[in-house]
Amino acid sequence: MVPTDSEGVVIEVRDLVKRYPKSPVNAVDGVSFAASQGEVFGLLGPNGAGKTTTIGMLTTRVRPTAGVARIGGVDVVDDPVQARAQLAVVPQHSNLDRSISIRDNLIFHAAYHGVPAREREERADKLLEQFGLLDRARDKPDFFSGGQSQRVMIARALMHAPRVLFLDEPSTGLDPAARLFVWDRLRELRDSDVTLILTTHDMDEAALLADKVGIMDHGRLLALDTPDALIDSLEGEGTLELTADQPADGVVVDALAGLAGVERVETVHGAAENGSTESEPLRVRLYLTGDAALSVAPAAAVLHEHGLALQDVKLGTPTLEDVFIHLTGRTLR
Amino acid sequence: MSAVAAPAPAFEQGTKWRAFWAVLYRDLYVTSREFHVFLAQVILQPLFMLFVFGKVLATLSLTTPGYTDLLFPGLLALTAVLTALQALAFPLVAEFGWTKEIEDRLLAPMPTSFVVAEKVLFAVVRSLIATLIMIPIGILILGSIPWRWAGFPLFVAGLLLGALVGAGFGLLMGTLVRPERITLLFALVFTPLLFTGCSQYPWPELAQIRWFQIVTACNPMTYVSELLRGAMVPQVPHIRPWICIVVLIFAVTALLTVGLKGFYRRAID
Repeated sequence: MVPTDSEGVVIEVRDLVKRYPKSPVNAVDGVSFAASQGEVFGLLGPNGAGKTTTIGMLTTRVRPTAGVARIGGVDVVDDPVQARAQLAVVPQHSNLDRSISIRDNLIFHAAYHGVPAREREERADKLLEQFGLLDRARDKPDFFSGGQSQRVMIARALMHAPRVLFLDEPSTGLDPAARLFVWDRLRELRDSDVTLILTTHDMDEAALLADKVGIMDHGRLLALDTPDALIDSLEGEGTLELTADQPADGVVVDALAGLAGVERVETVHGAAENGSTESEPLRVRLYLTGDAALSVAPAAAVLHEHGLALQDVKLGTPTLEDVFIHLTGRTLR
Repeated sequence: MSAVAAPAPAFEQGTKWRAFWAVLYRDLYVTSREFHVFLAQVILQPLFMLFVFGKVLATLSLTTPGYTDLLFPGLLALTAVLTALQALAFPLVAEFGWTKEIEDRLLAPMPTSFVVAEKVLFAVVRSLIATLIMIPIGILILGSIPWRWAGFPLFVAGLLLGALVGAGFGLLMGTLVRPERITLLFALVFTPLLFTGCSQYPWPELAQIRWFQIVTACNPMTYVSELLRGAMVPQVPHIRPWICIVVLIFAVTALLTVGLKGFYRRAID
């Protein structure tokens, strides 16, 4: 379990504010949170919410306007050098050194952080193997794909054994296999007591990886809890997914929307496996204010009235995305 | 590291210097592996100038005897300043602009000023290597070069101050210029710098073209050329060395101060 005593706190953020010159509003507006050793903290929010600026302040690249940020007890403004020694950053876009091989990228990074020569060679080879890059160790990063660069950057970040690893949108632009690979590596890191701070606008990523999620919008932290607790906060709300035996027009959808307890109705388009969308049987998702099970019978009746038969029912519980919609009134993407 | 000393500050002191030397080592490592590229970048231009102005024109008797002697120190000054400038400006524009390579250094455990200091030191090293290579090349092309051991201290001062002035210009340009403007930068800054720095003519003689003499007096490279002439060919009329040194120290301080500010602005939001 995640330690909660102050001993284990590695990241401490209090009332952090950033206002850029000439901007009328705060990019980050009084954010506070803490993360313990071996914890995965996810900052979730749409683009422009202030996630990257928050990370920038914690990693000494953005100077806070007000507030306190500490890494391993070190204030990032008072002692940026000590703070940098404890952290590593995996940015969204490659910033690898293009003049040298990826193995040298790892080795020089470790040298910057004072890792002794023999140790950095050994560690580089071990990490290259672990990240499936051994056969490309001598290549320069020029022609690496996004996923490969990402792997190199994570490996590089681990060269100086940081206490805290910051990842900015770690799986944006990765194919599904690469994404799973990165997620596995991140879980291993958490298990070896590295604290992970990741920003994401991917709900699945946040729900799957994070022990704690902070939902950000307009520079503010709207909610902060475990993914489960955040979802539980929407107790009593649910979704109901219905599939009928044949296609139908908007009249049916309107009728469903008129049922008691239905907040809105969304038509779901499946993958093209059933042929063209024209002939696709009706498939809708109802967002409900109450228990989903209670709405099954009324919905079936509506379908029946319109000459349709109910073929499949799926009761859904809310997701992090629903939490976000609930808090901000908007979808993430 | 001492085991008895207070661990925290000792650790930090060692850490930041280790980071500094590691970054310098990386730069030297890359340069050494692409030394032919480095040579092409820095030697080709002064080499051709030396050949055309010093050898071709002299052989065709289109220059007066003795011109070569005043040209050579000027070309050393040019090499010193422009090599350092290029060593800083080009990579910096790219690193801040699109490769973002500088981020790994900015996140190394050392003060941001160390990152700048390393860049300046590296530019000076590159500049010194390039100017020293010009000496055997000069002997090879011209047959002999003007040399006085008595002027050696001034010669060293000239090369160092020239490299620092170039590094200062490079830092300033590298942090001020947007990547998409880099070609414009070199048209607008590089070429005028190249031809108003008194490397191909002595400054006192410009009294005949008063306005151009004033223009050249505004280019710090002029004082590098004149200082090296004072060191190597004192018989040629030149600006007094102490004036050159004072002006150059002032220029270096101003350029590095403003450049450092620009660097901080780019490095930390």
